[in-house]
Amino acid sequence: MNKDTSHINSLENEAIYIIREVAAQFERPVLLFSGGKDSITLVRLAVKAFYPAKIPFPLMHIDTGHNFPETIEFRDRLVKELGLELIVRHVQDSIDEGKVKEESGKYSSRNQLQTTTLLDAIEEFKFDACIGGARRDEEKARAKERIFSVRDDFGQWDEKNQRPELFDMLNGQIELGQNVRVFPISNWTELDVWSYIEKENIEIPSIYFAHTRATFLRDGLIWSAEDDVVYREDDEEVVDRMVRFRTVGDMSCTAAVLSDATDIKTVVREIRESSISERGARIDDKRSEAAMEKRKQQGYF
Amino acid sequence: MEVLKIATAGSVDDGKSTLIGRILYDTKSLTTDKLEAIESKSKQLGYDYLDFSLATDGLVAEREQGITIDVAHIYFSTAKKSYIIADTPGHVEYTRNMVTGASTSQASIILIDARKGVIEQTNRHFFINNLLRIKDIVVAINKMDLVDYSEEIYNGIKADFEELMSKRDYQDQKITFIPVSALKGDNVVHKSEKMPWYKGEALLEHLEQLDKADIFNVGTPRFPVQYVIRPKTDEFHDFRGYAGKVYGGNLSVGDDVIVFPSKTRSKIKDIYFYDEKYETASRRSSVTITLEDDINVSRGDMIVKEGDIPTIDKQFTANVCWMDSNQLTPGAKYVVQHGVNKVLAKVDRINHKIHPDYSGIEKDVTGLGVNDIASVTFKLNKPIFYDQFKNHRTNGSFILIDTQSNSTVGAGFIQ
Repeated sequence: MNKDTSHINSLENEAIYIIREVAAQFERPVLLFSGGKDSITLVRLAVKAFYPAKIPFPLMHIDTGHNFPETIEFRDRLVKELGLELIVRHVQDSIDEGKVKEESGKYSSRNQLQTTTLLDAIEEFKFDACIGGARRDEEKARAKERIFSVRDDFGQWDEKNQRPELFDMLNGQIELGQNVRVFPISNWTELDVWSYIEKENIEIPSIYFAHTRATFLRDGLIWSAEDDVVYREDDEEVVDRMVRFRTVGDMSCTAAVLSDATDIKTVVREIRESSISERGARIDDKRSEAAMEKRKQQGYF
Repeated sequence: MEVLKIATAGSVDDGKSTLIGRILYDTKSLTTDKLEAIESKSKQLGYDYLDFSLATDGLVAEREQGITIDVAHIYFSTAKKSYIIADTPGHVEYTRNMVTGASTSQASIILIDARKGVIEQTNRHFFINNLLRIKDIVVAINKMDLVDYSEEIYNGIKADFEELMSKRDYQDQKITFIPVSALKGDNVVHKSEKMPWYKGEALLEHLEQLDKADIFNVGTPRFPVQYVIRPKTDEFHDFRGYAGKVYGGNLSVGDDVIVFPSKTRSKIKDIYFYDEKYETASRRSSVTITLEDDINVSRGDMIVKEGDIPTIDKQFTANVCWMDSNQLTPGAKYVVQHGVNKVLAKVDRINHKIHPDYSGIEKDVTGLGVNDIASVTFKLNKPIFYDQFKNHRTNGSFILIDTQSNSTVGAGFIQ
């Protein structure tokens, strides 16, 4: 009977409360869905929040075109099973329309370009609240993010002028043109998300589990060599390794980790014992120490 | 596993970020890549020690100024508990962040620089922690290494602080003094050998044994309706569920309830958590309730147990912490957000300003500036259903929203 006895249950209760506030306070909310474990967790929480009714808002995927194929397959199946509405907007379209320019070179990625596509989609559908799966433990600048984070007409985050958030009262009042980014799993750690996936028996894409993959090494990180999305020098040797991914963002900037964890139980154990933080495997945060904060100011998730 | 949320308060250079960094380091919560980043940054800045404050200072602007300017949340866990630290700044101009951090915390750490002792800032930190009725406070007397680990200095600071305690309003607050050196790691996670005269626990040992039951006051159940769930499917054709979070105490199937503001009576029929049915919904759980009778309930209404009803009124007096650069003045209108309920409010009068350094009150006040704390009486355009803050932390608090900017401009604690 008691849903409040354990840490993970209290996080779940908090997230459900936040998601319900979004549905109650906004006209046109949307759940930003990447196909990653954090957004899959959000969908699960939203299902629980509105049962026995359906989730009262659509999902939206900003497709970089650099997705792991397993993720897209998974996404389409999930949406079908739950009878949800899915909106997809493509970074490739923004490139074709000349709104953004593709990066080139060794470290090129479409992670930055997503921002333009996202902001255009928000304007197109007049979304006033975008639910995202960001967590405060991911990165230092994220640690200061609010649960309801107001963005201006340009999607920008003014980190020095954030609304104070007191108790659990969420102030969603905004002006026309503004929108709010909502982070229901702000207070979860990576381990919490994995523990929840295990506890709830939530299905996730196969690339999160250990599998054999053609890979190459660069800067001490392991990269997939199976697709031509990741730029590879001729002298970077391709070797089959047993790996899994800890995040499934843009393939071009998501590195793999060596792993034998083929099921959720062993993944949770590995994470518990692990000594590399999750974003350590994402190259775009390493570009500069203030990378995340700069991207956030520009309207990134 | 339990979760404990802790707010930290200290003045600039009291070593708050260093203390948190030290806890993370000694509990092995810093991952290899984060530790490497701290090592290389410390070296780049020319330090011959590891600057743990770099683990928490997140924003570019504050790195440039070398100070923390906003609330940051830091996560770590031990075998026993999960911890969330709300790292809040200590300068005069950022009191609002401290109130914010403390508003969701169960315990608080107040830092004092052993070389400086109790200063005006310490009074302010203590005042705010007392105003928000934080149950457990740790007074960490830091930089003991810089005063030769002197027992005499520690005792002097303790005596000064105890004098402050005599002035507090909320007397049941538990206060524990611990001499530490965040930089050297004395009495933070590990008990120090440099202070044999100190017989108490190290900081983390103390936090580990804080009793959760001690932290949450059990009050009366309040169920503000967040959202009405009407599936309108064949299977759930007549389903009308009230989604919300239970505050204060438990609600059970069969309880006689009253719904405000209509004052309609009914009984709890079912309590759902997703597709499971519960006999009892406990405090802070997000459930969906159905009632025996088909009555009209909407968002902002409140379901309470018969015989245990809140105050219903169109006016109230509260201690307000003002957080905006525009002044609060008598006659001004704001939105009061009380839980999930919103009403329009007019400032009837400012009764008096309260000096948070315990130097008394000030009458004949014409307006409140940022970081002012005052007793204010409001008139509302419709009644709300409240409890006094001292009896009910959730149902006795509210935020003020500016009708022009939509920003959260104040927090209030109903008297």
